[in-house]
Parts: sequence; C-alpha cells; structure tokens
Amino acid sequence: MLSNLVIFILAAFIGFELISKVPQTLHTPLMSGTNAISGITIVGALVATGMIESPWAKWIGFAALVVATINVVGGFLVTDRMLQMFKPKRRDSKEPSSNAA
Amino acid sequence: MQNIILLAYLGAAVLFILGMKRLQSPATARAGNRLAAIGMLIAVAATLLLQRILSPVEMIAGFVVGAAVGLLLARRVAMTSMPELVAVFNGFGGLASALVAGGEIARYLSVEAGGGAVAQAAQSMTALTPLDVPAAITVVLCILIGTITFSGSFVAFGKLGGHLSGNPVSFPGMRVLTVLVTLGALGAGGYLIYGAGGSFAAMDMQAIMWGSLALGLLSLVLGILLVIPIGGADMPVVVALLNAYSGLAAAATGFMLDNTALIVSGALVGASGLILTSIMCEAMNRSLLNVLLGGFGGDSDGGGPAVEGARPDLTVQETSVEDVAIQLTYAEQVIVVPGYGMAVAQAQHQVRELSDMLQAQGVTVKYAIHPVAGRMPGHMNVLLAEADVPYDQLYEMDDINNEFGMTDVSLVIGANDVVNPSARTDKASPIYGMPILDVDRSSTVVVLKRSLRPGYSGIDNMLFYHDNTQMLFGDAKDSLSKLVAAVKNL
Repeated sequence: MLSNLVIFILAAFIGFELISKVPQTLHTPLMSGTNAISGITIVGALVATGMIESPWAKWIGFAALVVATINVVGGFLVTDRMLQMFKPKRRDSKEPSSNAA
Repeated sequence: MQNIILLAYLGAAVLFILGMKRLQSPATARAGNRLAAIGMLIAVAATLLLQRILSPVEMIAGFVVGAAVGLLLARRVAMTSMPELVAVFNGFGGLASALVAGGEIARYLSVEAGGGAVAQAAQSMTALTPLDVPAAITVVLCILIGTITFSGSFVAFGKLGGHLSGNPVSFPGMRVLTVLVTLGALGAGGYLIYGAGGSFAAMDMQAIMWGSLALGLLSLVLGILLVIPIGGADMPVVVALLNAYSGLAAAATGFMLDNTALIVSGALVGASGLILTSIMCEAMNRSLLNVLLGGFGGDSDGGGPAVEGARPDLTVQETSVEDVAIQLTYAEQVIVVPGYGMAVAQAQHQVRELSDMLQAQGVTVKYAIHPVAGRMPGHMNVLLAEADVPYDQLYEMDDINNEFGMTDVSLVIGANDVVNPSARTDKASPIYGMPILDVDRSSTVVVLKRSLRPGYSGIDNMLFYHDNTQMLFGDAKDSLSKLVAAVKNL
C-alpha cells in the first residue's frame, strides 16, 4: 500500500512536469490521448472477466471490458485523427514580404 | 511469471511517459500517441498471455464489441463535437473503474456463497485476499470517483451536445440535497468499510454488498447534481476536471488491484487533467470553486436582448464587405481572432481561404487563439488544423498580445468576451481581470457578428463602440465568402 502511494505521487510529479510543457495547440489531443491512457482500467477488467468462479464477477467484468475497450480504442484513434491534421506551413506559401501601400 | 508481467507493465508505463513527452510538439505528437497505444497493447497482451485466462470467448467478444463502438465513434465524430466525445470517453473510463470494483465485490460475495474462490487463490495475480480496511477504502474510492465521473460526464455530454439545456439548472434546496447525498455516499462507503475484516470469516458480506450498492447509486446521483448547476460557458473546465477524475479513478483501481500500471497511468492522467483545469480557470479568471458552485453563463444565443444591444445611447460603426476587403488587402499585418461563433458557423474553411489569398498578396496573417476560444482546451486549434491552417500561424495569447499595436487590422470572428476591454478597465465588470486579447490596440478592429447580442457571459462588449472598431453584421460564413470574393475582385 505504502509503496503504491510512493509510485502514485512520483508518477503525478512526472505527469505535472510533462504536461506543463505541452503547448496550448495540442491540448485537445492531449486530453483525448490521456483519456485513452486512463482506459488502462482495461487490465483490471480483463482480470475480472477471467473469474469463472463467480458469474456475477465475470459479467460485471465483461461490461467493464466493453466500456474500457471503447475508451482505449476510440481514444487513441480519435487522437490520431486529430494529430494527422496538424501540419506545418506548406512549402509553397512563401514568407510574405511587405508590399503594402 | 509474475515478474515478466510486472516488467511488461513497467514497459507500458515508460511508453506512456515517452508518448506524452512527444506531445510537446505538433511535429512529434502523432508518433507519441502511437507509442502510448503500443504501451497499452503491451499491457493488455501481457495480462492476457501471462495470466491464466479462463474464459477467452467472453474476452474476445468484449474486445470486438468495445473496439467496434470505439472505432465508429472515433471515425464519425465531427471536430466541433470533440468535447462531447471526450466527455463520453471520460464517462466510460470512470464506469469501467467502478465496474471493476463491482466485480471485486462480486468475488467476495461468491466466497460466502461457497464458490471456488479458494481454488482461485492459488493463482498469484488473481488471488483473493480478505478485504481488510485499507483495501476496502480503495474499493470505496474506486466506486465513488468512477461513478461520479460516469454520470457527471454524461451530463456534460448532454449539455455540450445540446441534448440538455446549457443553462445552469438549479432548484430550491439543491445545495442542501447535494450535501445530503454526499453525506449519504460517505455513510454508505463507511458501511462498506465497516464490513471489511482481516479474514473471510471476519468480513460482514451483507454490509459489503449493501454498502457498495448504496454507494454506487448515491455516487451516480452526486455526479449529476455536481454538473447540472454548471453553465455551458464553464463546460471546458468541467470536461478537463472530469478528465482528471477518470485518471484518479484508474489510479484508485490500481490501488485496489495492487497494479502499478494502473497507478502510474492514472496519476499521469490525473495530473494532466488538473493542469488543464487550472489553465482554463486562469484564462477565465475564476477559481475552481467558483466554477463548481455554478450558475454562470448559458447557451450562446439563448434569448439574449434585442439586436440593438444594451447601450442604445452609443453608436456603432457599421462597415461593408468591400470596405473590409480593401483594408485587409492593403494591410501589412492582419490578426484573425476566431471564437466559437466561427466554429458554429462552420466558417473555418472560408477563414483559411481568405488568409491564403491575403498571404498571396504579401499580407502577414496570424491567428490569435485565446485559451477558452473553443469549448475545450485547444479546441480552436483542432478546428483550424482541420481547415488546413498551418499550426505555426497559430499564436497563444501571451505570444501575440504585444503584436496588436503593430497590426493594421484585427479580424474578430465570432469571438466576444475574450476581446472585451472591460476585462482590463472596468472594475465593476464580472469579467474584470480575465486575461484578454488586446485587439483594441490595433489600428482597426473589424468584428464579424450576427448582432450586438452579448456573448456567453451575457456581458455587453464596449469594444463594439470604440472609434477604431467597425462592425460587419451577418452570418460569419456568409460574410467571409463575400469577403473572399471581394478580395479576389480587387
């Protein structure tokens, strides 16, 4: 329990360090991406679904597995879909020079 | 065996961290997201391969159903609806955590029913140990946070998608009810913990069962009560906060199952959600408490005052498409300030077309993005990226505010509160102190707007009455199409 708490706190610090450097431009993909990561609960759902000794545990685990998979698969895919739209300046649009009146 | 699975989880956690690190630049972000996905695959595969999995049929069925729904949602969603989708995914994440906790409870109950859990205990990872008090606390946290995330997210989804009124909902005695439900949930959690014991014999199964059921139901109600009083304008904060909750729920599940992969990932996501929440609060100059107590802002066009605006004593300058086209073409620098109104009108493609034409004429075009420009953090950037606006033309508030003084024309499209100078000058204004884009410092401000109706916050915008401000009334998409045509003809 205590060592888990240590891990939790240290990971939170790493999270704060990492995320505070993410530019505003990427905040939406960041949110959907981290959201997919929080679908790691899928691991817990797998364990629960594997319990044949209790049908209740198995079916509750099954429901957890379905929603966690939606979260993981949907989250990563939609993040990828967003990120592929982010493009740097196209080569052909030359740096504008001032020819204003 | 168990060491291999632990190493696989460690590898997954490292990949999550590396993936998040790559999200620090748009150039590497896509690769980062893939790294994180690979990490997830490793964690799942390790769990599947190294645990003795007893019912593969259900598992495959679960994967197929979940993946199909996820795929469909991810493919179908319009970029303007991204906040709704993230809210839904948050909700599912929370629900999954709560359900895993429910599954654990069901296992304990099956012990009492004389099930084969004792045989199960021979397996290392899935061994069922008696539910002692610390373990019971983690179960309570898991159900509480997970269920609140679930119901709260779906209320947020309803508000964002227009299925529920975006206006703050409240009724007499609501705060009291919220407090009572909170106390009830804590009581139910306490009852569950009371049922815990150091051995199976010492556990009170009735208390565990009824405690967890009551806790689940009350948390469900609590999630709804916590989100309905919050107005539509504050939804970006709520979505960010629920994102943090979904991470904390995963971490709580990790504590419950003694699984480091869940603890690490949950902590990372929780930290991320909290940072985004505080960024959004700062950008709106409100404290988190103030947001959560609710009652601020409603639907954008929800029955505002008449077209004349709130200040009939002041006059505005109305301008024409042709006039704006000439000013834009002869400008040296134009800054576009997009707001959610632009996204609602689906005008981002016309904006890009206009800026492409201006750039071809040698005008420097930059985009100024206020942190709350969309309906979730960074939403506007995604919408502009979808319209092929290169990300290096998008500037954050602090990077561009010094440039307005050197700008000939600021084009405000569907933005309102974020350019309201009252935030700087009028101490009586509700938005006083909120950081804004200083468009009024540019030589000319052109505001594209349907009417003089106030924005989300319902506050009149003095910018519209400034000497250097010109109003171009009409639908943003329509006006922009006409502007494109007019610039073409010049």
